[in-house]
Amino acid sequence: MIIRDTHTGYGIVTRLFHWLMAIAIVAIFALGYWMVGLQYDNPYYNSAPDLHRSLGILLAIALLVRFGWRLVNVHPDDSELSKLERLGAKAAHWGFYVLLLAITLSGYFISTSDGRPVDVFGLFSVPSAVVSKEMTDTAGYIHRILAYIVIALAVLHSAAALKHHFVDRSTILKRMWSGPPET
Amino acid sequence: MQKSTFAAAVLGAAFAFALPASAAEFAFDKKGMHASITWRIKHLGYSWMSGRFDNFDGTFSFDDKAPDASKVKVDIDVASISSNHGERDKHLRSPDYLDTAAFPKATFESTSVKMSGDGKAKITGNFTMRGVTKEIVIDAERVGGGPDPWGGTREGFSGTTQLTLADFKMKKELGPSSAIVYLTLDVEGVKK
Repeated sequence: MIIRDTHTGYGIVTRLFHWLMAIAIVAIFALGYWMVGLQYDNPYYNSAPDLHRSLGILLAIALLVRFGWRLVNVHPDDSELSKLERLGAKAAHWGFYVLLLAITLSGYFISTSDGRPVDVFGLFSVPSAVVSKEMTDTAGYIHRILAYIVIALAVLHSAAALKHHFVDRSTILKRMWSGPPET
Repeated sequence: MQKSTFAAAVLGAAFAFALPASAAEFAFDKKGMHASITWRIKHLGYSWMSGRFDNFDGTFSFDDKAPDASKVKVDIDVASISSNHGERDKHLRSPDYLDTAAFPKATFESTSVKMSGDGKAKITGNFTMRGVTKEIVIDAERVGGGPDPWGGTREGFSGTTQLTLADFKMKKELGPSSAIVYLTLDVEGVKK
């Protein structure tokens, strides 16, 4: 098992980050979309937002750790891509980091702007940093809009990966699934 | 004075300070904030929860000779709603409830004041909230009034009324025991 990324592919850590976070992002988005429409007497009216907040904080932590991991790893070779493709991929990857950071931060502000902490599965809680009544609605607006944008970006990112796989017959999608060849 | 009738109380105050016996205009004491608009609603039918509007303003007039000619006007900044819970307040401001972005103000303007002999009054007027205007009746009571220690003249009232949420297009179902919200206005007016 190769832990770190190499010039030919991604190690197990990066691949786990990628797929677990992909699942988490889609699940947290779907949960958020569903929970805001729940009626007051729904059994999940309170527990769904609790789960959404808890998963969101864990996602934010994963995002920061993954960014750190990225910094201390080499990038696999992408010379098979055109200049435009490389630029697009780079923009999309950075877009994910910026968007996810903004989404988790704004979500944190929605829940903590009255001074309350965010509880994470009853294991630990993140205290409030800024108390501002005025900020809550703005944070909510940003949170919603950017969530739609990140999902749109995920669709674009997936479409590009599928295009490389099926149209270009490239190994770019495969190498995010299975590790680099053991030497 | 508190035991006397409303009219007598006003007259008494007027005589005590040699005020002209005519209608006086009062503004809510917003500067020193001796005024509050609080609301109460039942939660699940098991308890009362209360909150308030932090920002509002208003005026009232008083005619000591004809107290029935008194008038009241209140403007509420609806987005200033507070229930001591940020996420809930955000939800209350949203289109599910008050839709404060579209309807930032709620207003009340009296159309008639009917005094009963015991310092109490029924104030009828138009209340507008969330774009809906309904006639409501406020059960009001004069709490006290007279000179303050700083050279002014004050009159204070307490009033209660109730609103049915569905009347104001707040259709989000909170359960049968939470259909009505009870409002209490406690205001002290400083004579202009």
